[in-house]
Amino acid sequence: MSRRMTIALVMFALLGVPLAGQADVPGAAPLRLWHSYRGAERDALEKVVADFGRSHPEWPVELLAVPYEAFANKLTSAIPRGNGPDVFIAAHERLGDWFESGLIAHLPGEDPVWQAFFPSTVSAVTWKGSPRGFPLAFKSLALFVRDDLLEGPVPADTDALLATCRAMGARRPGTFCAAWEAGSFYHHAPWVFGFGGKILDDDGTPRLDRPENAASIAFVRDMTNDGLIPQEPTAALVTQLFNEGRVAMVINGPWFLGELAPGVRYSVHPLPRVSATGLAATPFLTVDAAMVSARSTQPEAAIALARFLAVEGATARLADARQVVALSSAFDAPDTVVDPTVLQFRDAAAAAIPMPNAPVMRAVWEPASQALRAALRGAVEPEAALKSADQRIKIATRPRPPAANPLPALVGLVVIGIAALIWAARRFRRDDTWSKMRASSHAYVFLAPAAIATAVLVFVPFAVGTGVAFFSHYQGEFTYVGLSNFINILGSTDYAVTDPLSFWFTLAVTVMWTVVNVFLHVSIGLALALALRRPWMKLRGVYRVLLIVPWAVPNYITALIWKGMFHKQFGAVNGLLSWMGLEPVSWFSHFWTSFAANVATNTWLGFPFMMVVTLGALQSIPAELEEAAEIDGATAIQRFFSITLPLLKPALLPAVILGGVWTFNMFNIIFLVSGGEPDGATEILITEAYRWAFSRQEQYGYAAAYATLIFLFLLAWSLAAGRLQRRTT
Amino acid sequence: MNRRPAWLAAIGWNLALVAACAVTLYPVLWVLKMALTPSQAFDLSPSPFPTTFSLSNFSDLVTSTDMAGHWLFGHWLFNSVVIAGATTLLSLALATTAAYAFSRFVFPGRKIGMTLFLVTQMFPGVVMAIPLYLLLDAMNLLDSMTGLTLVYATTAIPFCVWMMKGYFDTIPKDLEEAAVMDGAGRWTMFFRIILPLARPAIVVTALFSFMTAWNEFILAATFLSDETAFTLPVALQRYVGDYSTEWGHFAAGAILVSTPVMALFFALQRHLIGGLTAGGVKG
Repeated sequence: MSRRMTIALVMFALLGVPLAGQADVPGAAPLRLWHSYRGAERDALEKVVADFGRSHPEWPVELLAVPYEAFANKLTSAIPRGNGPDVFIAAHERLGDWFESGLIAHLPGEDPVWQAFFPSTVSAVTWKGSPRGFPLAFKSLALFVRDDLLEGPVPADTDALLATCRAMGARRPGTFCAAWEAGSFYHHAPWVFGFGGKILDDDGTPRLDRPENAASIAFVRDMTNDGLIPQEPTAALVTQLFNEGRVAMVINGPWFLGELAPGVRYSVHPLPRVSATGLAATPFLTVDAAMVSARSTQPEAAIALARFLAVEGATARLADARQVVALSSAFDAPDTVVDPTVLQFRDAAAAAIPMPNAPVMRAVWEPASQALRAALRGAVEPEAALKSADQRIKIATRPRPPAANPLPALVGLVVIGIAALIWAARRFRRDDTWSKMRASSHAYVFLAPAAIATAVLVFVPFAVGTGVAFFSHYQGEFTYVGLSNFINILGSTDYAVTDPLSFWFTLAVTVMWTVVNVFLHVSIGLALALALRRPWMKLRGVYRVLLIVPWAVPNYITALIWKGMFHKQFGAVNGLLSWMGLEPVSWFSHFWTSFAANVATNTWLGFPFMMVVTLGALQSIPAELEEAAEIDGATAIQRFFSITLPLLKPALLPAVILGGVWTFNMFNIIFLVSGGEPDGATEILITEAYRWAFSRQEQYGYAAAYATLIFLFLLAWSLAAGRLQRRTT
Repeated sequence: MNRRPAWLAAIGWNLALVAACAVTLYPVLWVLKMALTPSQAFDLSPSPFPTTFSLSNFSDLVTSTDMAGHWLFGHWLFNSVVIAGATTLLSLALATTAAYAFSRFVFPGRKIGMTLFLVTQMFPGVVMAIPLYLLLDAMNLLDSMTGLTLVYATTAIPFCVWMMKGYFDTIPKDLEEAAVMDGAGRWTMFFRIILPLARPAIVVTALFSFMTAWNEFILAATFLSDETAFTLPVALQRYVGDYSTEWGHFAAGAILVSTPVMALFFALQRHLIGGLTAGGVKG
């Protein structure tokens, strides 16, 4: 025991030591620069920062690469608390939002430097008339051509594209002439503009239902139906086909360069014109910008750094990281050798349309992509799909509920609080609780550490989080709105109850999801644990370790592998089906098959945990009992149901109850495997809450109300289950 | 009674388990394949067996350094091990004591206490992240291992308490009654009788707490703002970008992250067997 204590003490001593580099030296606080660059881009950035350090030794810089997935969240938590960076590099899309939320500093508008960048990049970072960040580099989609596969010239318009495709498809079965991530609205947008369509009205209101937009979708749908482009094309599939030489042309962005197999001969071109309109298919332009935090303590130095990255750093970024830099003069620098691909990208982006940086744009992507996929798989006509997307966008961007007076709620809360206190005090006295508590003080000693830790770190944040449910969030400001979030959700005022996005529909799906998963987890886990317990099983140590692999490997990657296995044309599951002579299934086109794909993935991930728990629980059953029953002539099934299972229950039940709770909130699998397809029908409550918080205009209050309802539902369920447990034991 | 089954049954069981392992490992083979292929593309080919063999993805990850020349992988591994180890010890220490109280004592607040622990698992993470950030910031624990360890441990404790309590309930009380006769105190009983008997449950909860801390990245990435303070999963998640993911690096990292878990389980699993009948009761 003393050895154990020593280890614990050493551990805590280690924890108490402040982390290296964290010590504050007054007066010499370095400028903090956050980014999410990787590989060559990261190396080039480090080089530029080192250059900055040489020319400005008085301003040391500290770099931090934050995972993209946590980037926005970290910024919005850290900057208002004064923990954020001085300068950060991010795509310009959210600039409007961040500026309105008070995260981004004002920049000097009179600076002649703005003339030095490509005008479209400056307009991308402009919000309310002034540039709000220094443009570093820009990205847009272009046409990648495999020079060894394309027969004839690079198509200049869609007629030429279709002619080339038809000619090639007839000659080389199993290959495609072109591929792009057709189900993503970002990748589809060039066709929208090429057909003369629009996304936002002139006053900035999103409206997708236009004949031109429908025509663009019909064009891609017909290409899919004619077998000219692959079905359900994901980013991974597009890369794979191009690398394997099974597609001659791909529409993708500069990031695609990093995924190309060595030795593939390619060139980059502007996208073709749309023959029907004569307009070019014009992609969106995304600009990486260096933005200065509004809370920087050294704004002068921070602006100097951001400016340096954009201007002086342009040459190194262009030469070393092959970034398509925004500084136009960088391409003309005398001793810079510019990669021809970079020039091709620069020319392909010449006409690109800056992605709108208005917050409303972020509410468009999800419904627009859903509509696109529904129309591409032929479930609905493009016009109808776009109409329902408009409906969903309208709901996501609907006006916030009116501010309410918090006074009645506060008074009510105080009254209820006092009443509860009085009631508790009376019970306390009546039952003589105090003396009972004193008599069992030892129990509280055992309990206190865990109880205090959980109270502080779980209940306090939860109380704060739940409080948000009574507010409405808009651009960094919270307004008290009373119960209207709850009324809205429970009353299904946005969606009809039968709509896949209504709370009640999603709740039903979530309950079904939980029941099916828990049943499969427990039964498979139990069966394997029983099999592995057999004393004559020679290899059980090996089996056991192999069977927990799904639990050990991070599920972010395995979930996506499962998604790949369910691909309609190229997935292993359909491969197996056709080997058995069955028709391939389009897994994510129908509710039940999509649901089944989610369940299969989650079962694979979840059974090892139940197996381990059961292995532990099985040890509480004396082997003598089973042996006695065996001698008495009980069959294996009788033994299982009348001895093993009842004895397992006390140790297994907590895992089953908690497993149910976790599955109810299992975000990753739904998000990564089906992504809610078809049409949001396979979403569960937690993924819906996430979408309200992050892809529908940051309605944190509404998302918190969802979360509170999830909590209340689970609480009710567990109370019922607890009653059941007491009845049966 | 003859404990040796017919050889037919033995073959049947083994075949079933081999099949289960095959289904289990099939998707993981792609992870291995992507890790061993120098390309950064996601692999959708029908065969999960690697055709090339290159350790470049692993070496990129393991040899990465920051501008000041710190050996980052070493820092990340150390941080992960310390944080996951401390989380395991802390949650075990707090959970076993609490579970013991729930299992063996009758006291006011027992039922509601158990329920409250269960209730914590129902709080969806979406509402917790920002308040937790504010709380840790106020406690000055934002950029520290202590802060993360406390958060992870409190996340893991409720399950551990329920699991341990369930297992403690199956341990006969006669043993403790006998010990009381011999004059043993409560703590002696707890350390000398209950804990050794509950070894299987301790293994399960230890593995669970370890995993809670070992694979988490969202909170770690949000709370930590120093590259040398990151944990392995945060570093790993950086290969996932806005437009594209470096799958080769990610897969190599996934393998590196999961190997210690497997090793830990392999080391601990002998304690899953044995337990009551083999050890304690007779001794």
